[in-house]
Amino acid sequence: MSFLELRNISKSYGAGSTLVYALVDACLSVDRGNLVAVMGPSGSGKSSLLTIAGSLEEPTSGEVLIEGNSLASMSHNDKARLRRRTIGYVFQDFNLLAGLTALENVSLPLELDDLSPRKARTLAMAALENIGIAERSGHFPDELSGGERQRVAIARAIVGERHLLLADEPSGALDSANGEAVMKMIRRACKQGVAAVVVTHDAHLASWADSVVFLKDGRIVDQTVPPPSVESLIAPTPTS
Amino acid sequence: MSVRHALLALLSEGPKYGFQLRQEFEEGTGDVWPLNVGQVYSTLQRLERSGHIESDDTADEGPQKVFRLTEEGKSELHRWLSTPTDMASPPRDELVIKVLSALRVPGVDVNDLIQLHRRYLVELMQQWTHLKDDEADFDLAFALVVDAELSRLDSVIRWLDQAEGRLMRAELESAVPSLVPRLRRRLVPRR
Repeated sequence: MSFLELRNISKSYGAGSTLVYALVDACLSVDRGNLVAVMGPSGSGKSSLLTIAGSLEEPTSGEVLIEGNSLASMSHNDKARLRRRTIGYVFQDFNLLAGLTALENVSLPLELDDLSPRKARTLAMAALENIGIAERSGHFPDELSGGERQRVAIARAIVGERHLLLADEPSGALDSANGEAVMKMIRRACKQGVAAVVVTHDAHLASWADSVVFLKDGRIVDQTVPPPSVESLIAPTPTS
Repeated sequence: MSVRHALLALLSEGPKYGFQLRQEFEEGTGDVWPLNVGQVYSTLQRLERSGHIESDDTADEGPQKVFRLTEEGKSELHRWLSTPTDMASPPRDELVIKVLSALRVPGVDVNDLIQLHRRYLVELMQQWTHLKDDEADFDLAFALVVDAELSRLDSVIRWLDQAEGRLMRAELESAVPSLVPRLRRRLVPRR
């Protein structure tokens, strides 16, 4: 069973002559341990796909299942709990709270989920250590570099028992070295059992994924197949 | 790829055996460009004939022969390193020719051709990136080679994206022919 499954998702905005389809009949499955990238140009429906997968938005038709449970059959409170406990979001502009330290930013979702502050901070510190940024735990976002802020955002997305990571252009605001570091962290989170979806227009980023899905005008038009052995890349020794 | 100059660079560190040069060349390029023995020795012979390297004449031909850089070889190496690599003339790129040709062939959807290549290129990038994930942190030469390849493939994907956008705009323009010439006229700078 896939951890995240989108079944025939369509999403439209407006009505009548202003009706616009952002997604048309999109299907996607992501298992735990898997990193899937969704590639497409601006306006292709990437962000809608992510917000619907993360229950931040309702599809016009189709079904979203997380761990086999349909979001449509969940109450408002159940969905809110799912977002707090299971799903982590990473955005291009980090979305950290400026008045809280790195540690507090990471522990806040756990505290909102009724975990004791002490336990929440212990788990938050473990997440920061996992991402390799524990020494910056007492710093506020404006005291951190862009790369460090995004690391904190990733720690916040995977803290506790979150098994679904949804990232929208996570390295869009970073230089290539920091962008690469961010993708390595997301991959490492996947190796630890997280299911991840990264939407991007950047092939460098997408190439970190196990599979890449191509979106065009709201439709999934293509998908990469798992690569053959890496040895096929190495040029054969010339014979003459 | 200039094997000749890469061998001169290896000899700038000091005299070396032929088999050693082959091994160091392969290691230095992250084992991405393997060389066969014949290629190494024929290149060394050419370099020796042109006076860029010299060998111990008393030793037999073969793996035990030691090669060293001459003054002439040293200045050739520095000339090569300080001269920009020729990139002035665009290569005759098969993909560009294929896309241009597809525009003229009835019944061929150039967008399908673009997506076919985009997927293929992303698959290649995935393979290189996965190599990098495993090994690049431990081998600087290999990481540099992989970065170069990823950037090359990425630039082709960017061109495909641009081509797709340009073709879409051209299609829209042809759908509203009366409007476009007026817009074009407006965009022409006044002299």
